[in-house]
Amino acid sequence: MKKVLVRGSAQGVVLKSNDPINFLGTVDKKTGVITDKNHDIYAKPVGGTMLVFPSGVGSSVGAYTIYSIKSNGSAPAAMICTKPDLTVATGCALADIPLLIISEEEFTSIKTGQHISLDTDSEDVIIIQ
Amino acid sequence: MELTKYEEAALKGEHGEIMQLAYRILVATGEATDAERLVPIEWAHLSGVNYNTIGDAGEEFLSRISREAKVRVKTTLNPMGFDVDNVSQYGLDENFINKQLSIKQSYETMGVTPSFSCIPYEIYDIPKAETQVSFAESNAAIHANSLDSLKTNKESAFSALASAITGQSPYSSMRREVEPDLTIKMGLDEPDELAYGMLGFFAGKLGEDSVNISGIKDADRRSCKALCGGMGTSGTCAKFSFGSGKPGCEVVDFDKKAMQEVHDELNTSEKGDLITLGSPQLGLEEMGDLAGMLKGRSFQKRCMVFCPRTVKEQATAAGYTAELERAGCEILADCCTCLTPLICKDEVDSITTNSIKGAYYLKNSNGVGINLKPLSKIVKEETR
Repeated sequence: MKKVLVRGSAQGVVLKSNDPINFLGTVDKKTGVITDKNHDIYAKPVGGTMLVFPSGVGSSVGAYTIYSIKSNGSAPAAMICTKPDLTVATGCALADIPLLIISEEEFTSIKTGQHISLDTDSEDVIIIQ
Repeated sequence: MELTKYEEAALKGEHGEIMQLAYRILVATGEATDAERLVPIEWAHLSGVNYNTIGDAGEEFLSRISREAKVRVKTTLNPMGFDVDNVSQYGLDENFINKQLSIKQSYETMGVTPSFSCIPYEIYDIPKAETQVSFAESNAAIHANSLDSLKTNKESAFSALASAITGQSPYSSMRREVEPDLTIKMGLDEPDELAYGMLGFFAGKLGEDSVNISGIKDADRRSCKALCGGMGTSGTCAKFSFGSGKPGCEVVDFDKKAMQEVHDELNTSEKGDLITLGSPQLGLEEMGDLAGMLKGRSFQKRCMVFCPRTVKEQATAAGYTAELERAGCEILADCCTCLTPLICKDEVDSITTNSIKGAYYLKNSNGVGINLKPLSKIVKEETR
């Protein structure tokens, strides 16, 4: 774990993507489903997951998409990235979704389907089961 | 980040939901940009105003927070989607108008000055040198850092809003002294404002935070403004300094070939169906110059002129507005070429402009063809 961008606690099952996510263009703001056919988690809903991906890309207005999926009950429980970017950082801050930055090694070791508990106030911060 | 007791308490929600939200944004932004602390700011300039860009989610968010949020420092605002005085002539749908007016109302409720301008540096007095501000509009942030001796990050709409509400901003790299390690050397003689815009666009692609610009003798206000507009459009660079910089600095030439490449990237049409002037919006001096150039001449096609409302009022008092309207200009206050909903590709194939910033957004967001021309050539070729 390298950094906490938005504090909080959450737990859930990992949905991992190796592609960056453009929230403005590729995430349905009502359902939280990835709508870009070229994306490696195409057609998967992000709601309730521990969403692990390299970073956000694209317009900063994408932060409002994160706020929208939260308002519609289809936001991830937490987000975990390897590279900080302002769109995801502010989006998670608006929507009060915990956001961590992890190392490349940690990113490689996390797999879709694993259970993660996260608490930024505890000593371990992340527990992968 | 090191937080004070007050900031820590606010982040935990002890000063209410809005303060908690604002500090969450500042801390997330600060951590993402390697800031070690927050510093006080004296002026925030917000983006995220045009319904065309922030959409329903933005409108709903602002409406919700405006019930409680109040700005703590002087806060000004970017352009919105239209000019209330003449919107009925542009066929915008009712929903757009209502949502835009709701956004306007939300900002006013929060205590924001409804300036609807992307050139705050031309319509307000500039605070004393080294003052920390938070400008979200890219051309204004670059102007503030490079020409007005102010300090700002190239803020997002959200960090600037959080700065307005708290009076603080992350102490990120742009607020510290940054010595550029790249110099762009201007290789063109007697560049016009279009060349300055292309220089900015070129430099903005290469410079990460800050660049030197060498080979410039006397850049007037219009040239500098075009440079800021172009630079803010193409990348993350938030400052330029005229000069060669430190010894050993990497030098990249902006020569005829480099300019042609930028031109070919943005210029997609041989001619325009209509002309747009102002992105960034025109200031009073530019309105006066334009009125002078148009004496005894008239545009042969539509020409939209975008400026702040205060500038329009001053231009009217000075007699410029009457002269411009006589020459066929449509003068629009409170909005801008950039991201305007008033130009749509169903009705317009291509536009002529001297603005690199306008060209970039009209091409990519509105999907219309772009014909680039300096103002002198526009007046010469498009008026009689």
